[in-house]
Amino acid sequence: MDGFFDIPSDLQHSWLGLIGLHVREAGLPVLAGLLISLPLAQLCVRFRWLYPPVLWVTTVLYAIPSLAFFVVLIDYTGQTELTVMIPLTVYTLVILVPAIVDGVRSVPQETIAAATAMGFGPVRRYIQVQLPIAVPAIIAGLRVATVSSISLVSVGALIGNQGALGNLINDANIYNRPELAVNAVVTMAVLAILADGLLVVVRLLLTPWMPSGARARRAERPEPEVAAR
Amino acid sequence: MIRIDSVTKRYPDGTVAVDRLSLEIPDRSITVLVGPSGCGKTTTLRMINRMVEPSEGTILIDGKDSRQQPVNTLRRSMGYVIQNAGLFQHRTIVDNIATVPRMLGWGKEKARARARELMERVGLDGSLAKRYPYQLSGGQQQRVGVARALAADPPVLLMDEPFSAVDPVVRKGLQDELLRIQDELGKTIVFVTHDIDEAVKIGTMVAVMRTGGKLAQYAPPAELLSSPADAFVEDFLGTDRGIRRLSFFPSAGLRLLTGPVVAVDATAEQIAARETAEAPYLLVTDVDGKPLGWSEPRQLTAGSVDIGQLLPYGRPFVAGTDSLRAALDCAVLSPTGWAVGVDTEGRVAGVVSQQAIGEAIRGAHAQGLTDAPVPDSKVG
Repeated sequence: MDGFFDIPSDLQHSWLGLIGLHVREAGLPVLAGLLISLPLAQLCVRFRWLYPPVLWVTTVLYAIPSLAFFVVLIDYTGQTELTVMIPLTVYTLVILVPAIVDGVRSVPQETIAAATAMGFGPVRRYIQVQLPIAVPAIIAGLRVATVSSISLVSVGALIGNQGALGNLINDANIYNRPELAVNAVVTMAVLAILADGLLVVVRLLLTPWMPSGARARRAERPEPEVAAR
Repeated sequence: MIRIDSVTKRYPDGTVAVDRLSLEIPDRSITVLVGPSGCGKTTTLRMINRMVEPSEGTILIDGKDSRQQPVNTLRRSMGYVIQNAGLFQHRTIVDNIATVPRMLGWGKEKARARARELMERVGLDGSLAKRYPYQLSGGQQQRVGVARALAADPPVLLMDEPFSAVDPVVRKGLQDELLRIQDELGKTIVFVTHDIDEAVKIGTMVAVMRTGGKLAQYAPPAELLSSPADAFVEDFLGTDRGIRRLSFFPSAGLRLLTGPVVAVDATAEQIAARETAEAPYLLVTDVDGKPLGWSEPRQLTAGSVDIGQLLPYGRPFVAGTDSLRAALDCAVLSPTGWAVGVDTEGRVAGVVSQQAIGEAIRGAHAQGLTDAPVPDSKVG
């Protein structure tokens, strides 16, 4: 395993530099996807008829190969990180839009009616009641989108030096150095696991109100009666 | 006063949920809307705070059209309690209760102090303040729902089947608690339920609605039980409305006999002296005067009463406080056919026969023809 971290100079990055680039190219599309999905999902919740066509469009977009996106985009955005991140952003929608819609829809009718009866307007109700209660579903979506994005960044290698750790696999081929491919795969896997773990921690911090997994807290229930929710 | 003036709710598909309904809801009392599913009772309730807008007619609140003020101002002036409580699961109990005060611009500390005060009022332990709704039982959650509705001290409380999802024991507790809170606060409460027993128990006035959103009868519960307007109302009241009506007749008029009562440590002379023509049985009490059971006089031996051999005495009624229904129930439960009246400490105040209770019922009926029964007597 000599030269495991000895990155060929054509990549113009150290190993850590590649990781930084990879995280940026995978993370920014997920954030952008979330920013697009939140209002889009709210529209789908308010106007029910909109949801099926939106779902159909996001699914079709997901089916377009990234190579096809690159061919079109390269005329406008060149061989840049942006060209890689745009299709990745589009791909997250197929996961994030349904996650948010289902999360918001899963808020019990009684809770929504109670909020309305207490004088919450639609916007305040969405931001202060529906969205917070949808957080677990949204983060579940973000976990899938993030892990998928981390693996998809590699295709950036197709347009030159934009595949981050993916270019390492390419170089393994060119220079006949299989250890570089092992390095790339293992590093990406570790990145994915760390990112996923980070999101789990974020979820736990955001939702102290959830009974999930906290067996000890369940035992604290004052009466055996089932809480009807 | 809330006045519903020939209000109709028609949906775009032509369904009529409420049909030319007119109701005058008196201040500081509990008005119950009751009826089978699909009778428009919840729709009616939701038209009061404009969660549903009427198609025709007007709703006047203290003489003003409810459409005159901004909808969210109107809603914040009315507390709302819903089935399953509808708590905000992502907020602590204290923050759930403080919701409306916070929206009305109260400071955080003032709103929380108010919330803690209300927790006490609805019978919730202060230690639950920082918990989340999932950590509470259904009954406790419902109490939080009531506290949340009361938080900004609104004059009106709208309650939509608030106690339907809890078990009967918890429900009875919540109903008693509501009556107690109402005694203290005197809100104008509109209460929706499909349970006629609940309606009769808590309502000052009861509006029975029928499918199609029509009002079938609007009357105080005692009048509803004594003279249902039509076959639908009679059917909805159930088969034992006669017995249930007895809840509105006080037992204060019953003549209690103290003759046929002996203490467990009575002497032979005392037993012999108690043997009267009035009653075929004697009620044996413990030394404190609490009932133990019935016995035939000749089977009682002085000094050695076998408590296991005594006949059961049913469930004693509190003389004067409980209704004739409780007294009759006690007489029916005991194989001797006699009811045991006790004082508030549970000591025997006297005994009364089924026949005497029957006479009291006939007397109450005769009186009921001239003046309405006292609604205060329905605690039993």
